[in-house]
Amino acid sequence: MTPDNGRPLHTVAPSDNRPLAIEARGLVKSFDGTKAVDGVDLSVPEGAIYGVLGPNGAGKTTTLRMLLGIIDPDEGVRMVFGHDRPHDIGRLIGYLPEERGLYPAMKSIEAIAFMGALRGLPLKEGRKRGMELLERHDLAHAANRTIRQLSKGMAQTVQLLGTLVHRPRLVVLDEPFSGLDAINQGKLEGMIRNLAEDGVTVIFSTHVIHHAERLCEGVAIIAGGKVPYAGSVETARDRIPAQVRLETRAREGGWTSALPEETRREGDFFYFPLPETGVEPLLKTLIEGDAGILSLSIERAGLHDAFVAIAGEAAARQLEADNQEHGK
Amino acid sequence: MSHDISRLSRLEAAWVIARRDFIAVLFSRAFLFFLIGPLFPVIVGGLAGSIGGQVSREAVTLEVGLAMSAQDNDAMIAASERIGPQLRGAIPVMREVTEATGDPAFDARAFMEERRGNYAAIVTGTLQSPEVVGTGPQVDRWTGPVRLMAADALAATPLVFPSSTKTTVASSAASERTNRIRTAQAAQMVMFLLTMLLAGMVLSNLAEEKGNKVIEILAAAIPMDAVFMGKLFAMLGVSFVGIAVWGTIGWGFWAIAEDAIVTVTQTNFRELPGPAVGWGMFLTLGVLYFSMAYLLLGALFLTIGAMASTVREVQTLSMPVTMMQLMVFFVAAYTITQPGSALEMAAIAFPLSSPFAMLARAALDEAVWLHVAALAWQAVWVILLVKGGSLLFRKRVMKSGGAGMKKRRWSFGRKASQAA
Repeated sequence: MTPDNGRPLHTVAPSDNRPLAIEARGLVKSFDGTKAVDGVDLSVPEGAIYGVLGPNGAGKTTTLRMLLGIIDPDEGVRMVFGHDRPHDIGRLIGYLPEERGLYPAMKSIEAIAFMGALRGLPLKEGRKRGMELLERHDLAHAANRTIRQLSKGMAQTVQLLGTLVHRPRLVVLDEPFSGLDAINQGKLEGMIRNLAEDGVTVIFSTHVIHHAERLCEGVAIIAGGKVPYAGSVETARDRIPAQVRLETRAREGGWTSALPEETRREGDFFYFPLPETGVEPLLKTLIEGDAGILSLSIERAGLHDAFVAIAGEAAARQLEADNQEHGK
Repeated sequence: MSHDISRLSRLEAAWVIARRDFIAVLFSRAFLFFLIGPLFPVIVGGLAGSIGGQVSREAVTLEVGLAMSAQDNDAMIAASERIGPQLRGAIPVMREVTEATGDPAFDARAFMEERRGNYAAIVTGTLQSPEVVGTGPQVDRWTGPVRLMAADALAATPLVFPSSTKTTVASSAASERTNRIRTAQAAQMVMFLLTMLLAGMVLSNLAEEKGNKVIEILAAAIPMDAVFMGKLFAMLGVSFVGIAVWGTIGWGFWAIAEDAIVTVTQTNFRELPGPAVGWGMFLTLGVLYFSMAYLLLGALFLTIGAMASTVREVQTLSMPVTMMQLMVFFVAAYTITQPGSALEMAAIAFPLSSPFAMLARAALDEAVWLHVAALAWQAVWVILLVKGGSLLFRKRVMKSGGAGMKKRRWSFGRKASQAA
């Protein structure tokens, strides 16, 4: 299939033979003349955990809403399980929006069943499955409590269970960790991993790099409505050369001229990118120059470094600011 | 297998929404207010009527004072008692002005100008030449009756009223038309009040839903027009429950106290002439037009509710629509007396006034085919409004991750204040 912009749509992930759960090409969305999303491309293989990483206002929510069919893109094509109208396969999708919403006067079990009913699950079956889910998450005691009687964390869990009750094949979570304490964040990470183990595709947006780094197979880095990088986390990290950290007994000597130009000194340590030739030639020079090697380690770049390199310093600072804001 | 993955049909989706909303509203305090709501205008109207009547009775006196000689006063009072029952309402109650008794210098004009007593007018002079003193309108009103009573009092033999036979007919063309117009007016008024009450409820229901942030979950799962339809039909179902409750209470009240109701209202409802299409058809059309009027206004209000984010915004945005609906109602009410006029045709064609104008027509005109066409026309507009509203919602409301934008503004604000 070829979308309007002429870029071909793949039917399988470029890197392996898995079919794609989501594929988007050239998504553009403007509001009041301002481009909120500007040419987003995404390929999410089935069964993957995929993160959309970016600061607030980068276009994450708008992108997810376009993928779900809540809003239509001005330009570009989105395919979910091969369908270009996501509402047509509503029963396969579960969605947890950023702004959590439940009817305050509804009982937890009814809220879960209602969310299932929206996706085509009969109410009776929804109640049965809802009860099972509540029991599995130690919330059976809250089944007949109204939403307004629940704590914020419990209400969020109930909503997540409502998102999953119809057993979707694709789960879309918009900032799922937002507002959760550390314990509940850990539980949610476990739930996401379990879903992926069951073959469910999970795509979530976040501005917390650690969640994406710990969970995701692939990420899309989004900043200013554009996606400068979309691919595996490993490839993103590999974009930044590994860093070498060297500690020597001697401070000066002829051997220092063998260090790469980018070397910077911080205290007792030298830091420089791993040379393309590896460290072996350098080691030889250091030994022959009597540098007195105390320690040498090669540190692979993290996703944060990759984010800074890909999205830029400004986006990274905004991301940090968002994290601090959420942490308060 | 395809049915396992496909979405709910629009009808199924609307049913999911309607079922939840119907149950939620039925067991809410809002429904209680909806049930007792119509009592308030009745109570307020009754109180206002009663107070107004009392004030009117106290303010407008039908007493005419007599300041003639004692003999003439007695003769005038006797005459009024003879003629009064024959000319109900046309003959005033005659009372002797006590201040004038035994005072030959009594000045009726000065007495009235000093605003003493509570007389519409005062009669002085003699039976042969009575003088009526009072304000211009009162003098004009009472001069004739005073002369009639004086003539009767002067006559050697008082007026003799022959007995007459009364023959009444149940209706005439003129009275039937008048009653049908009243039926049309009453039906329009009831329908207007009901639709406004319901549309207000559906509006606040959606605004509340936006407050609860549930709307995005609904929008992600099912088409927005199905959400709108579900909400509209849920509230329509609620209104039918309300009407059934009111109808049952009204019927029970009538069954228990028919005589009292007839006495108090001075109307025997059993003898009211039916509307042109007959009561059965009229009630059926009434239900259908009420449904259409509500669905049209409700769809409009839903669009407003979907676009507003706070109750204040809802109130601000809905005010022009409420005013417009009021004007539409007035136009439809005005056209009752102008069947076939261009204005009536315009009221029938304009979707929001169409149900009101057509209901009035059902009371006045026997033709039924026009109602089928009008209902189809109104149904098309309901669909168009729901589609348009849902489109507008998708285009204008789901603009961004609201929380994110709020946070961003907040963080910019903080930065600005730090910079300052």
